[in-house]
Amino acid sequence: MDAVIENLPAILDAFWLTIKLTAISAVISLILGIVLVAMRVSPLPVLRAVGTAYVNGVRNSPLTLIMLFSGLGLGTVMSLKFSDDLSVQDFWLAIIALSLYHASFVCEALRSGINTVPMGQAEAARAIGLTFMQNLRLIILPQALRAVIAPLGSILIALTKNTTVAAAIGVGETALLMKNLFELEGDSVIPIFIGFAIGFLILTLPTGLFFGWLAKRLAVVR
Amino acid sequence: MQKHFGSLHVLRDINLNIDRGEVVVVIGPSGGGKSTLCRAINRLETIDEGRILFDGRPLPEEGRALARLRSDVGMVFQSFNLFAHKTIMENVTLGPIKVRGVAREDAEKRALELLDRVGIASQAQKYPAQLSGGQQQRAAIARALAMNPKMILFDEPTSALDPEMVQEVLDVMIELAQEGMTMMVVTHEMGFARRAANRVVFMADGQIVEENTPDEFFTNARTDRAKDFLSKILTH
Ligand SMILES: Nc1ncnc2c1ncn2[C@@H]1O[C@H](COP(=O)(O)OP(=O)(O)OP(=O)(O)O)[C@@H](O)[C@H]1O
Ligand SMILES: [Mg+2]
Repeated sequence: MDAVIENLPAILDAFWLTIKLTAISAVISLILGIVLVAMRVSPLPVLRAVGTAYVNGVRNSPLTLIMLFSGLGLGTVMSLKFSDDLSVQDFWLAIIALSLYHASFVCEALRSGINTVPMGQAEAARAIGLTFMQNLRLIILPQALRAVIAPLGSILIALTKNTTVAAAIGVGETALLMKNLFELEGDSVIPIFIGFAIGFLILTLPTGLFFGWLAKRLAVVR
Repeated sequence: MQKHFGSLHVLRDINLNIDRGEVVVVIGPSGGGKSTLCRAINRLETIDEGRILFDGRPLPEEGRALARLRSDVGMVFQSFNLFAHKTIMENVTLGPIKVRGVAREDAEKRALELLDRVGIASQAQKYPAQLSGGQQQRAAIARALAMNPKMILFDEPTSALDPEMVQEVLDVMIELAQEGMTMMVVTHEMGFARRAANRVVFMADGQIVEENTPDEFFTNARTDRAKDFLSKILTH
């Protein structure tokens, strides 16, 4: 236990970074996921094809590969620059990878939500003169979103845990710190591990409970 | 006009003219193409050959112009199709606010008048699932009326209703017809056809088989096909 308590400030810092990675990536994934699902259900075949190709490509790639591609490919080879400060630079490259990856899951969750909205409502919306985008924004997506709150919660939990992959490009979040602590405090491996595992439970358990509650509250009565 | 669904010829040589203020009832066996005809008029379905003129102009192909046409042609569906996540008031005001750009206050004032007219003003703040079928269909009619349409299409508006609720919806439709609304109504309600329609169009196998006045059609149909159909629906 001492090893955990002694390193508590560093551990809290690392968890704070995890929270930031999670929160920012969650927002970007949601926005990108909505754009992708709009493409996938759009009347234009080109947009549909691009959306489908994106989801199939990204969803089936290992996150670690996408993370390394973002860190080395975008950052080093293609010189995408967010900041001269290396830790800030890596932080944003990690967010790009996490967002690109999880957006494909958000898209697919939303698409299954769209399937729960009765076709007739979309037709009625067209019949009063709403455009495709208005229809999506005002009628279809609000109901689709409410239908998939619980699965979106699962994606958020997965995202929270998947932030640890950012260690692969040296972002100083929890997994990287745990690895370093293991090396420094070799005889306290088990308490350190338990400390970090509990830290993640503290983040993810309430997420699941909150989304379960939200899903019930926002359900559309038919 | 002509329309195919794959190898199925759903609309064959359809030639139909509806005057302003006219009420046309479309009747015929299941699968005859009645819904498809209705849907073609506000371009929820496209046609393969021929032209549809509305107000003297061909239906726009797509985009804003098509959305504008649709806002001028109201549609009432068998299954109501109210927006489940919106209150009755929001259902009725959505079109005027988002399509016509009416101010919310004005849209709500008008919506209350319309809901009052169809007899459900007290339900304005409820959600569709909290209303009976008859009330939902009357709300759907108010939603269509809120756009000040030039014409309203009704596709079997009472077929999904419990028997005791059919009349309350028909009463609203009869009133609309008497006020001079142009209407095309797919229905098997003979009472409505006799009281409100100027003309009955009998459709079978994608063709218009007979056009007649309601009285003539129900008592003395000209075609065997129509007589045969009527004998089946009138026995029960
Ligand atoms: N989207 C579609 N794709 C393929 N076939 C269709 C489609 N919509 C309708 N059909 C077919 O076209 C024919 C005419 O259908 P339509 O719905 O217009 O008939 P209807 O006269 O309204 O019948 P009902 O009284 O049962 O409502 C039917 O055989 C139907 O199966
Ligand atoms: Mg039909």
